[in-house]
Amino acid sequence: MRINHFVKIIMIGITCTSLCSCGDVAWNNPYPRSDDNKSIFYSSFSERPKHLDPVSSYSENEATFNAQIYEPVVQYHFLKRPYELIPLTATAVPEPEYRDANGALLTRDANVGAIKSVVYRIEVQPGILYQPHPAFARSESGDLRYHGLSIQEIDQYHTLADFSESGTRELTAHDYVYQIKRLAHPRIHSPVAGFMGRYIVGLNELQGDLKEAAKTGDGFIDLREFEVPGVKVIDRYHYEIHLSEKYPQFVYWLAMPFFAPMPWEADQFYAQAGMKDRNITLDWYPVGTGPYMLTENNPNRRMVLQRNPNFRGETYPSVGMPEDEAAGWLDSAGKTMPFIDAAHYSLEKEAIPGWTKFLQGFYDSSGIVSDSFDQAIKFSSEGEAELTQEMRDRNIRLATAVQASTSYMGFNMTDEVVGGDSERARLLRRAISIAVDYEELISIFANGRGIPAQGPIPPGIFGQIDGAPGINSYVYDWIGGRTQRKPIDEAKALLSQAGYPNGRDANTGEPLSLYFEAIASGPGSKSILNWYRKQFEKLGIQLVIRTTDYNRFQEKIRTGTAQIFGWGWNADYPDPENFLFLLYGPNAKVVSQGENASNYQNDEFDALFVRMRAMPNGPERQAVIDQMVEIARHDAPWLWGYHPKAYSLYPQWYGNAKPNLMARNTLKYKTIDPQLRATMRARWNQPIIWPVIVLFTILFISAIPAYRSYRRRQQETLK
Amino acid sequence: MISYIVRRIAYAIPILIGVNIITFILFFVVNSPDDMARLQLGERRVTQEAIDKWKAERGYDRPLIWNAPADGVKKFSETIFFTNSIRLFMFDFGQSDSGRDIGYDISQRMWPSLAIAVPVLVIGLLLTITLALTVAFFRGTYLDTWAVVLCVAMMSISGLFYIIGGQYLVGKLLHLVPISGFDSGIASVKFILLPVAIGVVGGLGSGIRWYRTIFLEEINKDYVRTARAKGLSESAVLYVHVLRNALIPILTGVVVILPSLFMGSLITEAFFGIPGLGSYTIDAIQRQDFAIVRSMVFLGSFLYIIGLLLTDLSYTVVDPRVRLQ
Repeated sequence: MRINHFVKIIMIGITCTSLCSCGDVAWNNPYPRSDDNKSIFYSSFSERPKHLDPVSSYSENEATFNAQIYEPVVQYHFLKRPYELIPLTATAVPEPEYRDANGALLTRDANVGAIKSVVYRIEVQPGILYQPHPAFARSESGDLRYHGLSIQEIDQYHTLADFSESGTRELTAHDYVYQIKRLAHPRIHSPVAGFMGRYIVGLNELQGDLKEAAKTGDGFIDLREFEVPGVKVIDRYHYEIHLSEKYPQFVYWLAMPFFAPMPWEADQFYAQAGMKDRNITLDWYPVGTGPYMLTENNPNRRMVLQRNPNFRGETYPSVGMPEDEAAGWLDSAGKTMPFIDAAHYSLEKEAIPGWTKFLQGFYDSSGIVSDSFDQAIKFSSEGEAELTQEMRDRNIRLATAVQASTSYMGFNMTDEVVGGDSERARLLRRAISIAVDYEELISIFANGRGIPAQGPIPPGIFGQIDGAPGINSYVYDWIGGRTQRKPIDEAKALLSQAGYPNGRDANTGEPLSLYFEAIASGPGSKSILNWYRKQFEKLGIQLVIRTTDYNRFQEKIRTGTAQIFGWGWNADYPDPENFLFLLYGPNAKVVSQGENASNYQNDEFDALFVRMRAMPNGPERQAVIDQMVEIARHDAPWLWGYHPKAYSLYPQWYGNAKPNLMARNTLKYKTIDPQLRATMRARWNQPIIWPVIVLFTILFISAIPAYRSYRRRQQETLK
Repeated sequence: MISYIVRRIAYAIPILIGVNIITFILFFVVNSPDDMARLQLGERRVTQEAIDKWKAERGYDRPLIWNAPADGVKKFSETIFFTNSIRLFMFDFGQSDSGRDIGYDISQRMWPSLAIAVPVLVIGLLLTITLALTVAFFRGTYLDTWAVVLCVAMMSISGLFYIIGGQYLVGKLLHLVPISGFDSGIASVKFILLPVAIGVVGGLGSGIRWYRTIFLEEINKDYVRTARAKGLSESAVLYVHVLRNALIPILTGVVVILPSLFMGSLITEAFFGIPGLGSYTIDAIQRQDFAIVRSMVFLGSFLYIIGLLLTDLSYTVVDPRVRLQ
């Protein structure tokens, strides 16, 4: 009787919980139910942005936010390839004006030496408003409401949201000029201040003046009071930037947040004494004119971008590449952006939970970590990456793009064994270049996500050549319409010519030992380091791996004490100069702490670089680049490595997902179908209760004998 | 009692100074001020001038521990160690190397850590004691044998496995709770269920075994035999007499960790995306933010000392025979 009663309770429990779980509610939904049908983009971040002040911000994870908030004068076209600059807040993409020593106008192809002044004249569109912000709030008397606050008053504020009033004003040319002056601000650390000081007339001198001004107090430095000869406001909507020499790549810098506008009101607002102590800084609460504004900055949990109510609206491009129409990337042509009302970015420090949430429909895009690669991607018999059946069942789509970056193995050219300009060292480097099989590395360690590099310039950047004419003939042959790495015997022959037959020094008979510097990153890196060792063993060379921590690794590169090392570079802008400068002699680490990590120096290359840097894209520039690449291939200061390929996954409700690896302000182009997302989330996340009921039932039943035993022992009498 | 407490607090000062010195040395053996500046400023296009500026602003341009060119007491006081340490003893944590108010950040991030740690401790303790007493009750039976085997098995499994396995089973397969994340207020309940459950289950194996041993030791004592001879039921013997007398070793383990509860769990917080103090410390180590690392180590040491003091005091509560002198 009691057992029957128990069974009945169990059955009722199962029925009730099963009914509960049959609804359209996803128990594991991390977001409030009220947000289900809202046009919100959900994504994640793993590391909090260090800087949101546009003058300091230089990292990818910071651009995810800043690029949606701040608007430089130009931006990259969302659809067109190769990447093309178009106006953002400017009326046109600025063209440089060259003048000689007498002020006479020169043509664009004028001799670099004759050019004594370069002027970029920029016109800003009228009517652009800043996001609502307390820095602009005004009292009835017209004074700025939250300027001149006492420390006691500031003490009551903990976040920007605590300021009840806000205001706005129109964007003007003054704001762009103000921001350029901030590059030289002594209390802000702009990573490009030194670099820009070489080009923008008077910026270095401004640094000195501001340093003096900063000594007199720790408050606000009104940059409007400082004149810079190279940065001038012409009128409300026009300003000029004067460069000391020809630098055609400067226009790309104008698309970066360093050159976004900054209203003086915001600078003064945040500079008030006590604001920093309350964590209210420009580094935490950006203020811009872009389509979104940061309304919640809690990088320990969540960061939220909301649609800027003052945004003027921008139209989705009507022209793209031929394939864009078929892909649906022109469906929004002519419509007003942004399409999404908000973007929520949640902290996700580990990859596995993030990936699971994407599969459950709680994130709207995802990369693919190595652990999940096989679950998402398979390769066809032709070697093409395809989605697995599991992904196709969920209507998930794949977008791939070769990144504008390069990952290479560098030789320290100041090293006496592998470095230098001697034929012996050059042959040794070329032999190693053949032996280290990057096709295998890409296949094993990058899940096929990359293409072997033929030189420093990645695909999609002017100067890189596809096919047979573009191959590195020192490492590859062109056979049957594709590149093929030269046989290892050829590498051995080169090694022998270098004086190391079978990997032994011909003079001493000693085996050749080389040293590879690597950052110790746990057991995961052991396999790839062993792989490197085996590649060198093909030539009989003993590769000694020196693992070290990140700081010591950087130090070895800086001081030039590393022999061989792994390194990489992501493009700042889509110009070959941004890759070839990695081999420019004066940029050598040991010389100038520049970005030439292998300390390569070749006079001919350097002279060509100076020439190429100032040339417009065209056949003449291509010819110079070809010469430079050939010199570099011949000298082989790098094993050219590979260009990584980005794989991104998108669910069916996420639109306009065309990868754009240069533009960062792409959120405004994206679309979301929240109804479809809510439906799919409910379908994919039906709670499954029965295992829990079974578990508790088993535990309960298991406890019955123990309970009976307990009762028996309690009722036992002494015998 | 008062003099005992004062004396213990006085002992704490040299301990905290020692901890501070060790933290300082260990940190700066691995990271130089230049390294810290580089990490804060970014890796691209950073000039030595910018690095020097960053160091000067934060006082990292001074000598580490001994300022030889300075005169008199300044040899010691005008160093990174002195200027960064002295404020700690007044619980003024100052600003992080990235410019944030550390005290405010700690006050914000302790709550998520507590939201996980307190339920894990309370539920875990109750469950562990109950199960350990039950196992002790059935000592010598097949139930005891299998419980010990199960406990050893549970102890042998890595904590990471519980987390990943729990997330996979409960969050991914059964869709019962969010696999990770956090929210404020009542909305946080669905996020803390899984980490709390995993925290409790993960601690059961070692907890039951340890408490079982304590209880078995007590069960064989004379007062238990007396209680039984008086005709008390076995449950009354265990839950009233044995439990009370076994509280001292239990308190030793529990009270000492009470103040440090809000320091958070490093792994749990990372996997569940919980914005607590555990992940705050780990992030600071990764970012080479010495100001935060130093503050968190100091705070952890201080709370541990407080925990030890509370443990001693708690002995007098549970055992009137104990006198602190």
